[in-house]
Amino acid sequence: MADSLFEEIVFWVLAATTVGAALLVVHVQSLFRAALLLIVSFLGVAGIFVMANAEFLAVAQVLIYVGGIAVLVIFAVMLTRDVEHSNLGTPVQPVALMLAVVLLGALTYAVVQAEWNLLPDDLPGPLAAVFVETPAQLGRLLVRDYVLAFEIAGAFLLAAVIGALSLVRER
Amino acid sequence: MLERLLILSAVLFCIGLYGVLSRRHIIAVLMALELMFNAVNIALVAFSRYVTPADLAGPGGMAENARYVLTGQGLAVFVIVAAAAEVALGLALVIALIRRTDTLDITGVSLMRR
Repeated sequence: MADSLFEEIVFWVLAATTVGAALLVVHVQSLFRAALLLIVSFLGVAGIFVMANAEFLAVAQVLIYVGGIAVLVIFAVMLTRDVEHSNLGTPVQPVALMLAVVLLGALTYAVVQAEWNLLPDDLPGPLAAVFVETPAQLGRLLVRDYVLAFEIAGAFLLAAVIGALSLVRER
Repeated sequence: MLERLLILSAVLFCIGLYGVLSRRHIIAVLMALELMFNAVNIALVAFSRYVTPADLAGPGGMAENARYVLTGQGLAVFVIVAAAAEVALGLALVIALIRRTDTLDITGVSLMRR
């Protein structure tokens, strides 16, 4: 029981961190601060991945989002002028707020009233074994069952890198 | 547990949506877009952990098909790949935009050709 109480506390701390940082990302005036808060939000999401038995994704999240994407974003922020007051709103801000709230309401309603085909609370043997070694099982899934998608993802990344290079090439 | 993870995901997604629609600076829009990607990943991981996949009942029974409970996590890997490619291309566009127009205010950028 103490274990699940601890889990509850950790979950709510992580959720509050993630959502709070995300709210600040879209609200603070300074783009640089927004980028740093984005890192906080990414780390909170990584913690939530760990809680949902997705250890490999948690590590990938830290490596790719915090280590790669956030650094790229900060690098781009450094290239811009007037970083302190550049994160302003557009004229459609009230409409955007309304749209986001309506969508949130619709999604929440859908989640609450749907009848989920849930896994049983104490997992049957084979499934429990999968969740003990998620990285190994995920690797098998990716290079056996979904190997075509896996290879296409590689080609896709190569195309994206070449595209990015050709976009910024000096003529 | 599934419901609250999905609602957390919905909250994060809507914050991202609000950010994408309401920010002026193109890098701020990209950051809000990253939040939306993260929200999708939380939902996928939650489905993977708590919902019974249809493939589990396939030929061979549960012992053979147990790995399919990780299908959601597998899809999340591809979402991360797409997000990485998106941010690389997006920031290349940012740099091209700085060179060409000297502004990053997306309300002022509407040209499709030179």
